Amino acid sequence: MGNVIGIGASPKRKEDQRFLTGRGNYVSDIKRPGMTAGVFVRSPHGHAVLRGIDKSAALASPGVIAVLTGEDVAADKLGSLPCGWGISDAKGVPMKEPPFPMLAQGKVRFVGDMVAFVIAETPGQANAAAELLTVDYEVLPSVVGVLEAVRPGAPQLFDDVPNNICCDWELGDKAAVETAFRKAAHVAKLSLVNNRLIGNPIEPRAAIAEYEPGTDRFTLWTTSQFPHVVRFLMGALVLNIPQHKLRVVAPDVGGGFGVKQFHYGEEAVITWAAKRVMRPIKWVASRSEGYVSDRHGRDHVTEAELALDEHGKFLAFRVNTLANMGGYLSTFGPNIPTNLYGPLLGGVYTTPAIYCNVKVVFTNTVPVDAYRGAGRPEATFVLERIVDVAASEMGIDRVEIRRRNMIPKEAYPYQTPVLVQYDSGDPMGCLDGALVAADVKNFGVRKAASASKGKFRGLGYSTYVEACGLAPSRFAGRLGARGGLYESATVRVHPTGQVTVMIGTHNHGQGHETTFAQIVSEKLGVSFENVDIVFGDTDRVQFGMGTYGSRSLVVGGAALSKATDKVIAKGKKIAAHLLEAAEVDIQFEAGNFSVAGTDRIKSFEEIAGAAYVPHNYPLEVLEPGLEEQAYYDPVNFTYPGGCHIAEVEVDPETGTVTLVNYTAVDDVGTVINPMIVEGQLHGGIVQGVGQALFENAVYDEGSGQLLSGSLMDYCMPRADHMPMMKVATHSTLCTHTPMGVKGCGEVGTIGSPAAVINAVVDALAHLGVTHVDMPATPNRIWRLLQNASLPVAAE
Amino acid sequence: MKPFAYHQPGQIPDAAKLLTSIEDSKLVAGGMTLIPTIKQRLASPVALVDLSKLGSLKGITDDGATITIGAMTPHAVVAASRLVQTKIPGLAALASMIGDPAVRNRGTIGGSVANNDPAADYPAGVLGLGATIVSSTRDIAADKFFLGLFETALEVGEIITAIRFPVPLKAGYSKFKAPASRYALVGVFVAKFADGVRVAVTGAGPGVFRVPPMEVALSENFDPSAIAAIKIDNDGLTSDIHAEADYRAHLVTVMAKRAVDAALS
Repeated sequence: MGNVIGIGASPKRKEDQRFLTGRGNYVSDIKRPGMTAGVFVRSPHGHAVLRGIDKSAALASPGVIAVLTGEDVAADKLGSLPCGWGISDAKGVPMKEPPFPMLAQGKVRFVGDMVAFVIAETPGQANAAAELLTVDYEVLPSVVGVLEAVRPGAPQLFDDVPNNICCDWELGDKAAVETAFRKAAHVAKLSLVNNRLIGNPIEPRAAIAEYEPGTDRFTLWTTSQFPHVVRFLMGALVLNIPQHKLRVVAPDVGGGFGVKQFHYGEEAVITWAAKRVMRPIKWVASRSEGYVSDRHGRDHVTEAELALDEHGKFLAFRVNTLANMGGYLSTFGPNIPTNLYGPLLGGVYTTPAIYCNVKVVFTNTVPVDAYRGAGRPEATFVLERIVDVAASEMGIDRVEIRRRNMIPKEAYPYQTPVLVQYDSGDPMGCLDGALVAADVKNFGVRKAASASKGKFRGLGYSTYVEACGLAPSRFAGRLGARGGLYESATVRVHPTGQVTVMIGTHNHGQGHETTFAQIVSEKLGVSFENVDIVFGDTDRVQFGMGTYGSRSLVVGGAALSKATDKVIAKGKKIAAHLLEAAEVDIQFEAGNFSVAGTDRIKSFEEIAGAAYVPHNYPLEVLEPGLEEQAYYDPVNFTYPGGCHIAEVEVDPETGTVTLVNYTAVDDVGTVINPMIVEGQLHGGIVQGVGQALFENAVYDEGSGQLLSGSLMDYCMPRADHMPMMKVATHSTLCTHTPMGVKGCGEVGTIGSPAAVINAVVDALAHLGVTHVDMPATPNRIWRLLQNASLPVAAE
Repeated sequence: MKPFAYHQPGQIPDAAKLLTSIEDSKLVAGGMTLIPTIKQRLASPVALVDLSKLGSLKGITDDGATITIGAMTPHAVVAASRLVQTKIPGLAALASMIGDPAVRNRGTIGGSVANNDPAADYPAGVLGLGATIVSSTRDIAADKFFLGLFETALEVGEIITAIRFPVPLKAGYSKFKAPASRYALVGVFVAKFADGVRVAVTGAGPGVFRVPPMEVALSENFDPSAIAAIKIDNDGLTSDIHAEADYRAHLVTVMAKRAVDAALS
């Protein structure tokens, strides 16, 4: 028995012992015998013809072992970096999918596009040689913004992609929406930009590759959120390495946020190169290199219209978006602004007709892909902003208009007009809870106090829902997914009763080693300390799709729960034999197998021992050993949601927005570890606040240079930007996951940007301000106030 | 970073000699700007001359009508100095706003002034107080020292040994931090002396500068209201992705008012 720490408890995180004592094991900590250093030479131009590369000076530089370019890749007939999703337009025409070579061939298409890989004895020598590489570029005009990219005459990235449009995607009933708009009493309109973001995990990307000629096996250590997927994509589709000859290890990883859930060209190049030079190679990105090579997020330009009847009921919603893909299609790229965006435009409302058109556009920028929230923050932002615009224009209170349109708790399961069916939820309950927690009734007092100091105070709401727990494979397959999205877990009970779990998700900050151990401790009645969670190594873990889309607990935890159930089921058979009872009479409770209604009992440890020392064991009908595996493919997405309320104070003299209060009441289903959930909510909210107030990836139109290319110019949210947050959960149980869980990794990032911007607009509404684009920087707010002709009184 | 020679002279003349005799040598004080620049391979000096062994360059002395701060004195020491807090609280406040704790513990006043970053804080304090830059060879008035973007009156081999600050009647600094870097987007230092007021602005343009109309107005009436209507010209001010010139110009007035407030409080 011992120390069971189960569901609902908040033990300190197991993994923090090693992290907080400096004993983590990250890729850049790993050293291999004979290891060399690799450096990527990247394009300094946004768009250029690659006329030739002269390797001679670099090759002659001290310590240089090899210099590889796109020509070498072509000569070895290696594959293009694959895109995991294939979307189609309304007529079923597949998206344009130009090749994405791992080292540029013929052209470079963004600043940071890789043109060569230099391998030397030391990083210093590799860097010195990289500077000697002569690359002959014919510089072309760059196009970086989506509006500019689709204009006639815009620079064209690919010969066979007219107007740079990858796909003209749509969702929903266009005719029904048009009909509803004709009947509308009021139409609210909104144009907005969803700003481009850079993920900035604290650990930069890194990789080590090694080839063992004796076994003809490759090993890649990489900063990845999904090592098995890298093994599949890279081995099967890029490098033609059989799966059994390729091991991918993602050890401790210092944050991902989506940035590390793609198969990157660097991984393929370094693995391929390791065999060519017959030496292990290590590459560690600098922060600056990450800025021009880590996949970016968001970057939409949107026109939205909401049709309402005279009572403020939503009749129809129409959204037209241009979404930036960057220079090539990344692993999930085209899926994010389409399948993870359009289906969320229903929000928590009963809007009967929705139509969404998304033009997915190539530009001379870093490829854009999933970043925490991925599509859902963008959808939530459009919807929650336009609800406020409609309320303001119709003179209806912002909370009231939400109530009038919210899906009532009793109406679940609720089928939206945009594919998804919400299984459970209580948006009104979250709203009511948040109104109290945020002390909204005394907001007027606080606003007056701010006014007395010359400040404008505003309150903003975001009542949102998201879809996560990626994903039901069959559903995803219909939408264009080219892989499955299930998860797997193996529960290995040792002869002494301790447990090792091998799971296909990846822990890079989420606390899986703790949360999953709690599930096992609860279900098997074993000590929390006696459960270890193994992940991130294709040689140790059977299979897995990794961690992203708030899926680890929802899908991986479900697989773990199922595998644990199988252990109990087998344990009952063993116990029935040992206790000389019928299997149906064996019950398992608190770590003991017993015969119902008797005091005959066998502990979990005794059963484990019997399974591995099967002297008295039903070998004729039962295999020895106690290890079970389960794969779980969800039947639906999960739909966490909630209500976020932001309160800001604006200094009209400088335009500075200060977030002064933040309240979140979220429905994340069953909570396994409240402390970890709270931490996820805190982190997610701060990331969303970062998008709303600070973060912006800015490119120079024409040259394609990234102007916000370092932490000196790209503003990340900091501790002193945040007030103490009030976070709480108001959970309804997911009806289809084994434990009722919904996932919590992204809710904060999804709910918060709209809440913050709605608060900023509220603070400035009396001046006629109706919208503020993100990030709401002091410069931008001051300019809005200038245009609003605000008389700023002298003090 | 590329390899370089490293020298740690024990005497100022030795340091000066190294700097004049080795082409492409660089003096390193706290290294808060130089070391990152070298790491990013944006600078590749062949030799570094480190002043950290020159103990005489550290420390703060009270000379009565002036206080003298040794060139190698870190920002954190200035910020925490009882003497500076008492005699020129605005200067202690300025030092406390530079960078982050790590930068304040390593970065030095001499390094900052010699580097003359257009968004650094110290140049505003030095010019605003009309300080004297004491070098290995001469005394240079602040008004003659700062020559624009990273340019100063220092000659090759000339080493700042101290900054001598006249003690004002009142002084204050107000800084609007650039959101990401937390350098001064606009920082204004005001100092009131018996014979008039000085106003120095950093961050807004290619180098620190004074605002004579504000100095005249504040000399007559040392109150924020005296300068509320004084707008400086956008011409020549910096525009970048964080702020256009007109916003910076606006902030100069706002920060100047707040600096006067700080000086009065």
